[in-house]
Amino acid sequence: MSAFGGMGRRLGSIPVVRWTLGILLAFTVLAILGPALSPHTAIDADFERILEPPSLSAGHWFGTDQLGRDLFVRTLEGLRTTLLVAVVSSAVSLVIGVAYGLVAGFVGGRVDAVMMRFVDALYALPFIFFVILLMVVFERSFLLIFIAIGAVNWLDMARIVRGQTLSLKQRDFVAAARLSGVPTARILATHIAPNLLGVVLVYLTLTIPQVILVESFLSFLGLGVQAPATSLGTLVAGGVGPLEEAPWVLLLPSAVLFAILLCFNFLGDGLRDAADVRFGRSDTL
Amino acid sequence: MSLLDVDRLTVRYGRDTVVSDVSFALEPGEALGLVGESGSGKSQTALAIMGLLPDTAAVSGSIRFGGTNLRELGRNAMNRLRSVSLSMVFQDPSLALNPYLTVGRQLTAILGAHNLARGPEALARAEAALGDVGLPDPRRQLAAYPHQLSGGMRQRVMLAAALIGKPDLLIADEPTTALDVTVQAEILELLDRLRDNTSLLLITHDLGVVAGHCERMLVMKAGQLVESGSTATLFRAPEHAATQELIAAAPDLAADSPRPGTGDFLLNADALSVSYPAGRGRRLAAVRELSLALRRGETLAVVGESGSGKTSVARALCGLLSPAGGAVVFAGERIGATLAERDLRLKRRIQLVFQDPAGSLSPGMTVAEILREPLRVHEPHLARAEVDRLVETALADVGLGPEYLSRYPHELSGGQAQRTAIARALVLKPELLVCDEAVAALDGSVRTRLLDRLKAVQAGTGLGILFIAHDLAVVKQIAHRVAVMYLGRIVEAGATDTVFRAPRHPYTRALIDAVPIPDPLRSRGRSGLTGEIPSPLAPPPGCAFHPRCRWSEPRCASERPTLDRVEGERRRVACWRADDPEL
Repeated sequence: MSAFGGMGRRLGSIPVVRWTLGILLAFTVLAILGPALSPHTAIDADFERILEPPSLSAGHWFGTDQLGRDLFVRTLEGLRTTLLVAVVSSAVSLVIGVAYGLVAGFVGGRVDAVMMRFVDALYALPFIFFVILLMVVFERSFLLIFIAIGAVNWLDMARIVRGQTLSLKQRDFVAAARLSGVPTARILATHIAPNLLGVVLVYLTLTIPQVILVESFLSFLGLGVQAPATSLGTLVAGGVGPLEEAPWVLLLPSAVLFAILLCFNFLGDGLRDAADVRFGRSDTL
Repeated sequence: MSLLDVDRLTVRYGRDTVVSDVSFALEPGEALGLVGESGSGKSQTALAIMGLLPDTAAVSGSIRFGGTNLRELGRNAMNRLRSVSLSMVFQDPSLALNPYLTVGRQLTAILGAHNLARGPEALARAEAALGDVGLPDPRRQLAAYPHQLSGGMRQRVMLAAALIGKPDLLIADEPTTALDVTVQAEILELLDRLRDNTSLLLITHDLGVVAGHCERMLVMKAGQLVESGSTATLFRAPEHAATQELIAAAPDLAADSPRPGTGDFLLNADALSVSYPAGRGRRLAAVRELSLALRRGETLAVVGESGSGKTSVARALCGLLSPAGGAVVFAGERIGATLAERDLRLKRRIQLVFQDPAGSLSPGMTVAEILREPLRVHEPHLARAEVDRLVETALADVGLGPEYLSRYPHELSGGQAQRTAIARALVLKPELLVCDEAVAALDGSVRTRLLDRLKAVQAGTGLGILFIAHDLAVVKQIAHRVAVMYLGRIVEAGATDTVFRAPRHPYTRALIDAVPIPDPLRSRGRSGLTGEIPSPLAPPPGCAFHPRCRWSEPRCASERPTLDRVEGERRRVACWRADDPEL
C-alpha cells in the first residue's frame, strides 16, 4: 500500500533501529544455526565436567550446568524457544487485536459496546490462574503456551486500536473519503490502518518483551516448556540452585534475556519515528 | 523618550532568518499595529520583545523598554518585568489558560508572584480586573473553570490576566482571530478603552482591525519591516508592494456582490432539523425546521455566530449526519438523508470542503494519491494516463503546479492544503459544492485568490455553492444570496446586496456593524450587540434573539415571528418589527 510507502527507507535512516535490528537479527541467526554448528548438544550430559566455569580453551564458552551440559548451546536453544513464543504470540495478539479493535471502533454503537464488554469480561479473568488451570487440565505443550499468552495479550491491543480508530473515524479526511464514495473496506485499509501503524508498532514492540517475560515467568514456575526442551526462563530458574558455587549458570542466560528485552524496547522508539511520515523529511511549511 | 525602542532586531533559527533587522519605536499611550501575512515574522518579533523565544533562536539587536535593554536582563529580572511592565495576550485563549485551575486562582497567582497582593485583597483585585474587561458577574466567574466559559469570555479572562499587574505595554497577538465578529468588536472596544494607562502593540493579519484601532502601523513581509507610518497615510497611499497587496486583499463590505439570477433550483432543504443527544435523555436542537433554496450557478452563504448551527446544516445536507426531520431535495428529486441512503452517482454530485485544510487530507497520502482516490472510485475503467491528466488539471485549476503531486499534506502550507482539498472536491465535477468555513483559516491574499478560482469554476460549470462562513466581508464578495442563522433558525435571507445594504433584522444589522472596515476614515466596527449567544439547550421563548435585541417588545418574548417575504424586495425576515421605520 502506498500509504505505508517509504517506511522501509525511513527505518534504515534511524540509527537506533539499525543497531537494534542488527543485534536482534544476529541473535536470531545464532539461535537457529548455533546449536547445529556446535560440537556440543543441549541434552548430552557429561558428568565428568559438572559446573565448569566459562572458558574458551575448554570449548564451553558459557561453562556447563549441574549435569555437565554445555550452557552456551543450551542458552541458544532457550533463546530460540523464547523468540518463537514471543513472535508467534505477538503475531496472534496483533492479528486478533487489530481486527477486533478496528471493527469495534469503526462500526461503533451497539456492536462496539457488546464487543468491548466482552473484552472487559476477559480482563476480569485472573490470568496466571487461568494459565495454570490450562496447564493442569491439558498436556503441557508449546501450542498451549502460545494460546494462553496470545489470548490475553490481544485484549490490550484491541483496546488501543479501538480507541485510535474511534478518534480517526471522526477526522475530516475520513468524512471526505466517505463523501467521495470510497467503500468502507478501502477507508479502513487506506485511511485508518496506515494512521494506526505507529501506535500498533510501538505497542507491539512493548508486547514482545512482555510476552518474553510472561513465558520466562511461567517457565521459572515450572509451568513453561517441558524438559528436555528449554527456554531462557527455564535456564534462569535452573541457575538459582547452584548460584553460590557457579553464578554463571544464572547470570549468562539472564544477560542474554536482558539484552533481548533491551533491544526490543529501543526498537519500539525507533519504529514509532519510522511510522511517522513527518520524520526525517525537511519541513517546507 | 519612547516606551519601547526596538533596534535592528534579528532572529535566526539555524540558517533561517525569521526576523531581519527590524527597528521601530512605540510611544507611551500609543496603539501600534503590526501587520503581515502568516510567516512574516510578526509573532517572532513579539516573542523576542517578551523574551519568550525558544533557546534555539539566535537573537541580535537591542530592545529598549523604558531605557533598559531587555536583552541584557537575566531570566529572573525579565520575569519580574512581565505582567507588571509588559504583558502579552495570545490568539487562542483556550490554550493559554490552565484547565485545572479556577479563573480566580490563575489571576491571584499573578499578583502573588509579583508580591502585589495576597489573600482577600488579591481576590478583590482579581474581581475588579474581571469587571474592567467587561465580564458579567465577576465575583461568580472567579470560581469558574476555563471550560465553563465561552471563547469570548476566556479571551476576556486572558486580557484581565494580562492587565491585572497594570503593565505599561500590552502586546496582543491576533487577540480576536479565533472569535466571532460580534465578540471581536467588543474586545477591540475594550482595548481602546484601556489605552489611558497602557500602550498597545496589536499584531494582526486583519487590516480592518488595525484601521479602526491603531494610529500607526508597521507592515512586515518575510521577516523584514517594509513600511511604517500613520495608519491613515498608509491606507491612502501605500508605497510598498506588500502593503498594497495586504490592502487590496482585505475583504471589504463595500465590495460588489454577484447579482442573483433565476436559474433552476439545485438544492432545497425543507423544514430540516438536526439535534444531538445532550445527556440525560435531552436533545440539543442545533437546526430547527430550516428551509433554504440554492439555484444552479449561484452561491448561497449561510452566516451566523458560532453556535448558530451553520455547520450542522452543511453536514446534514452532505449526509454526514442524520437529520431529526425534514427533507432534502436535490435537482428536483428528494434524496436520502444520510450517505448510506445515497447511491454512488449521487455522492459524486455533492462535495464538501472542510474548515481545517490539514485535517481533511489523509496524512499518509501524497497529493497525487489524494486526488486520484475519488477518480478511482467513480471512474474505475479510466486509463492510468487519463487519471493522471485529470488530476493534474484539477490541481492546475486551483493554481498548484505538478511539483506538488508528490508532496505529503504536512509539507503544504495552509493555503496549499486547502487548494488541494478544493481540487479533490472538484476533480469529480460535482454540481453542488458545500464550503464549511473553507477560507476562514487562510491569509487575505490566499483567500482572495481561492475565492476567485471558485468563482471562475462556477462561471464555467454552473456549480452551485453553499458557503458556510462567519466572515461577512468574504460573503459579500462571493455570495449571490445570503441566509443569516441564529440559534438554528434563519432570521433573514435574501439577495446579498439587499440584505447588506439595508438589513431588516436587528441581528443581521449587529453582525454587519461589527465587521471592522479596512479604512481608517470610515466608521469603526461597533456591534451594539451585548451578551453571548444563548445555549441551544434552553433557547429563549418567542423570538430567540429578543434578550439581546435593542428593539424588542413584549410580544417578542412570547410569540415567535415567522420568516416572511418583505413586500417588493427579494428577501425574507423573521422579525415582528421588520416593517418598523424606526429600525
